[in-house]
Amino acid sequence: MTGTLVLAADPLLSGDVGLVEVLLTLGKVLLAFGFLLVSVMLMIWFERKLLGGMHQRFGPTMAGPFGILQTLADGIKLFFKEDLVPDRSDRFVFKLAPYLSLIPAFLAFAIVPLGGDFNSGGSVELFGRTTFLQVADPPVGILWFLAMSSLAVYGVMLAGWSSGSKYPLLGSVRASAQMVSYEAALGLAVASVVLIAGSLSTHDMVLAQAAEGYFGVIPRWNVIVTGLVPFIVFVIAGTAELNRPPFDLVEAEQELVGGFHTEYSSIRFALFFLAEFMNTITMSAVIVTLFFGGPAGPVLIGELAGFDIGWAWGLLWFFLKLFVMLFVFVWMRATLPRFRYDQLMDLGWKALTPVALGWFLFLAALETGRQRDWNEAAITVLSLLVIAAATALLVRAVRNGRRAAADAAAAEQVEHAEHAETVGERS
Amino acid sequence: MVETVFAVSAVLILAGAVGVVVFRNPVHAALSLVLTLLGVAVLFVLNDAHFLAAVQVVVYAGAIVILFLFVIMLLGVDTAEKLRVEPIAGQRPLAVVVGAALAALLGTVVIIGADVLTGLRRSAGERALDGSASDIERIGRVLFGEFAFAVEVTAALLTVAVVGAVVLTRRTSRPRSAAAAADASLQDSDAGPDAPSTDAGRGQ
Amino acid sequence: MSEFLRTYLTVGIFGAVGVGLVAALLGVGRILRPSRPTPAKVENYESGVDPVGDMWSQANIRYYVFALLFVLFDVEAVFIFPWAARLEDYGLFGLVEMAIFIFILLLGLLYAWRKRMLRWV
Repeated sequence: MTGTLVLAADPLLSGDVGLVEVLLTLGKVLLAFGFLLVSVMLMIWFERKLLGGMHQRFGPTMAGPFGILQTLADGIKLFFKEDLVPDRSDRFVFKLAPYLSLIPAFLAFAIVPLGGDFNSGGSVELFGRTTFLQVADPPVGILWFLAMSSLAVYGVMLAGWSSGSKYPLLGSVRASAQMVSYEAALGLAVASVVLIAGSLSTHDMVLAQAAEGYFGVIPRWNVIVTGLVPFIVFVIAGTAELNRPPFDLVEAEQELVGGFHTEYSSIRFALFFLAEFMNTITMSAVIVTLFFGGPAGPVLIGELAGFDIGWAWGLLWFFLKLFVMLFVFVWMRATLPRFRYDQLMDLGWKALTPVALGWFLFLAALETGRQRDWNEAAITVLSLLVIAAATALLVRAVRNGRRAAADAAAAEQVEHAEHAETVGERS
Repeated sequence: MVETVFAVSAVLILAGAVGVVVFRNPVHAALSLVLTLLGVAVLFVLNDAHFLAAVQVVVYAGAIVILFLFVIMLLGVDTAEKLRVEPIAGQRPLAVVVGAALAALLGTVVIIGADVLTGLRRSAGERALDGSASDIERIGRVLFGEFAFAVEVTAALLTVAVVGAVVLTRRTSRPRSAAAAADASLQDSDAGPDAPSTDAGRGQ
Repeated sequence: MSEFLRTYLTVGIFGAVGVGLVAALLGVGRILRPSRPTPAKVENYESGVDPVGDMWSQANIRYYVFALLFVLFDVEAVFIFPWAARLEDYGLFGLVEMAIFIFILLLGLLYAWRKRMLRWV
């Protein structure tokens, strides 16, 4: 990360704009759109099938081969269901909420690099034009993703509020508090990656990860370079952000019926469902981009029948990594029991946020030291000592606080008792 | 093209701003505030201030308005606000005075700084920021160079806000009677923290 | 038109496709589905019993503290990003400055923690 910050921009968009450019842009948009929709359908099927396997059931089997058309069948069924808008609801917001839920999920996907040969710059030659295989590469890059995930809260919050019903309201307030709590940790985990990459652009991040690895076999992926901690924080915070199990208190069907979308029916309900799975795929894609080098990977066969197919390997690696990440999400769902709400908040604020911040500072100290040729081992030891001291202080402070609060409560109890006595005497 | 985008976003911004004042339902007002904020983000992009645009969305649309919505839900507002009631005596004439003062201030700024706004003359800050670097780089250079102290003061300000909120929310549980305390503990243990209409709300 | 604006224009097209998708789904649904609302159907669900009391009840005030803490850390992240992207420009001075910045903000979290506002029980 030296030199001036290169303004990452798709070379396709820097010259004159002709018909080819417009068509290519539209093509990329439609490609990403189709990819998202198809993968959502397959993801729902994949999740049900895999969960079935993990529960020793079959999962969907009837519609199509291996039940692969189950999602489509469910979707078609929902089209024919009556759409009810509760009388007491706020009709305008009630109808707006599905849009607010789905559109950010959709837009966040725009910054994910899908393919390209990142061993040689990552750009692709198509019809004589050079471009990136991603919908857009805005200079704010990963901040775009954070912005969209912060807007996603609106869909959940307003869906619950506008229903004019108690369970959805409780579910939505709970959900938004949860999403908001984990967004802090999410942003701080991203900051660690930005620190290493020296850029906000997702294209640059992938490019940095495609560089020569360690010992020739271990890739230079950020999951290793940033020392695993930001990755773990990001995955946990991301799962909570998605409201997926084990963080699915939002829907906790035993307590809240269906959570924020209890009052939704028919295709409007399907839209929330779609948004949820779209978010899962986007989140997995962002994890792959940030920590696993996105489409970066070796090009095994560079040319086929005279065509340069180096960029197609990028697509393949990206899909493989995405698939593994999606598997992990389903796996977590099948393995981990749901959190209690206080545990959830504890994890977010008392563990993830401080850890992410501490690790960020640690990485920053290492990086600064590297630039000034300090002794790395010394910095590491010193930083670890500082972290240990900070943790010890924190634990002490919290313990003191707890004791003080317990004392106060006890004193209050005595006071109450005395108060009751005096009242009793007086009467 | 730039003019079109500017015109569309300007209309959205103004429509949102009018909506904030006109809507009686606070949630609708908050939503139209989001519209205004997103429009401003588009204007930032139009001026190549990409980082500021992202900040506008992440902080204002994503956090501040969410905070507003939490407050609205905290109050449990289900009906439109009663406009007849005047909680602070004389707040209406006062609002007119403050509004006029604000408008006068804005007008003065526009008149004095007309050359800067139209680009005829460049402000000192603009000259300092000159260069081909991206806006995030330039902002960083100013924030962590010249205004380093202001950044720390910002941190202190935010911390004070949190401390204030904690103090205010805690005070509600102090002068509670023993019966209410028992009631609260019962309610906390079985109904969960977000049971409707808790004593926290009553304490307001 | 700057090239950046074109980037966002692409995003805009992408977003328009998304809005189009939602609108199309809702439109098709409107054509296909039956609509025979009865008073019982448009009643709130509430576990199948008749709704009781106010619909928009008050939320717990604790949520407010969490939302405010979120604002705190969101602003913090915003300050962190320009620094993290150009770490080498700011050197040791920047590192110390950022450490103090984060420390002050952590004090806010610590205060809420000590005052047991982060506990739900």
